[in-house]
Amino acid sequence: MADSINKLRVSITKRYGGKTVLDRFPLEIRGGEFVTFLGPSGCGKSTALGIIAGLVPPTEGEIWLDDQRIDDLPPEKRGFGMVFQNYALFPHLTVFDNVAFGLSLQHRPAEEIKERVTTMLGLVRLAGYEDRFPGQLSGGQQQRVAIARALVLHPRLMLFDEPLSNLDAKLRVEMRAEIKQLHSRLKLTSIYVTHDQAEALSLSDRIVVLREGVLMQVGTPQEIHDRPANVFVADFMGFRNFFDVKLGQANGGQIDVSAKSGTYRTRAAEGLTIGQDAVLAIRPDDVKIGGGDGSNKLRGKVELVEYLGREIEAAVMTEGQGRVWLRTPEKIALGDAIDLTLPADKLVLLRKE
Amino acid sequence: MARARTDERSELDLVAILCLAPSLLYVICMFVYPFLYGVYASLQPVKGPAWSLKNYISFFTDAYQYKTIVTTFELALPNSIAVVLLGLFFAYNMRRGIWAERTITTILVLPISLGVVFLSEGILGFYGTNGWLNQMLLGAGLIHEPLELTHNFIGVILSLFMQNFPFCFLMLLGYISGIDPSLESSARMLGAGPWTIFRRVMLPLIAPGLVIAFALVFVMSFAVFPSAVMVGQPAGSTRSISIAAYQQAFEQYDMSYASAIAVIMGLCQLLALIVIVLVRKRMTIATTMGVGKR
Repeated sequence: MADSINKLRVSITKRYGGKTVLDRFPLEIRGGEFVTFLGPSGCGKSTALGIIAGLVPPTEGEIWLDDQRIDDLPPEKRGFGMVFQNYALFPHLTVFDNVAFGLSLQHRPAEEIKERVTTMLGLVRLAGYEDRFPGQLSGGQQQRVAIARALVLHPRLMLFDEPLSNLDAKLRVEMRAEIKQLHSRLKLTSIYVTHDQAEALSLSDRIVVLREGVLMQVGTPQEIHDRPANVFVADFMGFRNFFDVKLGQANGGQIDVSAKSGTYRTRAAEGLTIGQDAVLAIRPDDVKIGGGDGSNKLRGKVELVEYLGREIEAAVMTEGQGRVWLRTPEKIALGDAIDLTLPADKLVLLRKE
Repeated sequence: MARARTDERSELDLVAILCLAPSLLYVICMFVYPFLYGVYASLQPVKGPAWSLKNYISFFTDAYQYKTIVTTFELALPNSIAVVLLGLFFAYNMRRGIWAERTITTILVLPISLGVVFLSEGILGFYGTNGWLNQMLLGAGLIHEPLELTHNFIGVILSLFMQNFPFCFLMLLGYISGIDPSLESSARMLGAGPWTIFRRVMLPLIAPGLVIAFALVFVMSFAVFPSAVMVGQPAGSTRSISIAAYQQAFEQYDMSYASAIAVIMGLCQLLALIVIVLVRKRMTIATTMGVGKR
């Protein structure tokens, strides 16, 4: 449905005064891809999106859309659609007129406008709301109008700037699924900015993790989730246990590392050599309760229990390794003495920074 | 239960009345009483029976008097339009901040701190027949006769403009910079250029503020007096309605007739406000519905 693009190539730097917000940020997006910029606030992800949109001028760099250089085109000439965090609907126009805004600027005939707006409102499940004003809609409905308003123009590229941040948790999950559906149904090419890792994982073909304007890692959701490239990405993706270790002998894809409390066995990682300092990380979900076959074991006492519904998250003060977080559906209580196992295939070895 | 509720209620009412009392007292002493006294005085002509409309009748049958209404409209209306349009132009272009914004704002707003009399003196000194402007233009050989910019209609318009512009500009700047900037961004992403954004997105949102600014400027300039006397032609082309009232009061010593003229002036302002409010209501039904929740 949308005019397709083959490739968007970006290489941009943005400085505000002396502060570098984006440092030679490189990116290549293929047509039909769903790419997410992920990072904490202030990491430059929204600036990067603004530059691609044309709303923020880059300090240096180029943006190429297929064979066309577009970084000197004003936003209104780029043919991209954008959805904003605060919806940015025109409060003085009805839902219909909001969605028809871009089409009427193109001087389309009235019947075509009516047909396309009606179809699009049906697609975002807002048929019958044509005559309402934005102020009379809920947040989720307003954001659906904003999405329809952008999509009705068949944009070459869809840009989403934290579109779900203003919605409550339940609605966020629903809207996430709707965006995903629209993306594949309309064969869109989308760039999505968020600070929410669950959103990034569930929506994306590829995730770009940013920190203070510097690219930390690019990869599929599985890659980012299972094999974070460094401590920052691991921390952001929900690893909560980090141990300082020294690398020992590698043998057959496995490596022994020594920590304060003893020796652990884990998967070998590239680019790390014997004797080097490194960081061993594991998610709370992957920490097992019980002794197992004897290796990678820890003993400790439960000192904090948080009830999460289906499971609990607990902090265990271990002998020699400090506090270890775990998640388990099992019942454990404050003050229990328990054995923990850190499964070798779940441990991730990261470069020390 | 119901009993307790009413007690609570009346207690609250008492507190509310007590809190209101100071401002209420002020309004009664400074506005309601003088106004009612003026109406009363206007109905008690110096000659003839008590309680008569004689003053009003003589005002509306004397062309020399009733034409002051037209004269005042002729001053207030063009001035209000010019002030609002220029205020809009500057405020709109400064909405996202500009280079040396503070300095420029200070220069634009400075006349507010000067009294009308001081301002009018300045206008005489600069724009007068022997003022700086004419001296310069004559000296440069650009004109051969001095331009007549004071002691006429133009002089009063200049003075009114300088008094009212800063006020209107500040008001509109506050109003316009309060509009969510992402509305402009989203309009651009939908293909709108700067002019389309102004016309189709910003202007409809600014309109209510524009109407209010117009109403205030109009009412202020309708009461024009010092500048109409000092830089105008108080006996002729700028004989505004307030001059007519002044002459009755302090030249003819007919306070009753002067009061009648003052009441007529107030009614004219009220009428203009009603028209403006009606226009605003028609214009902004949709706008206010949308602005409520965003």
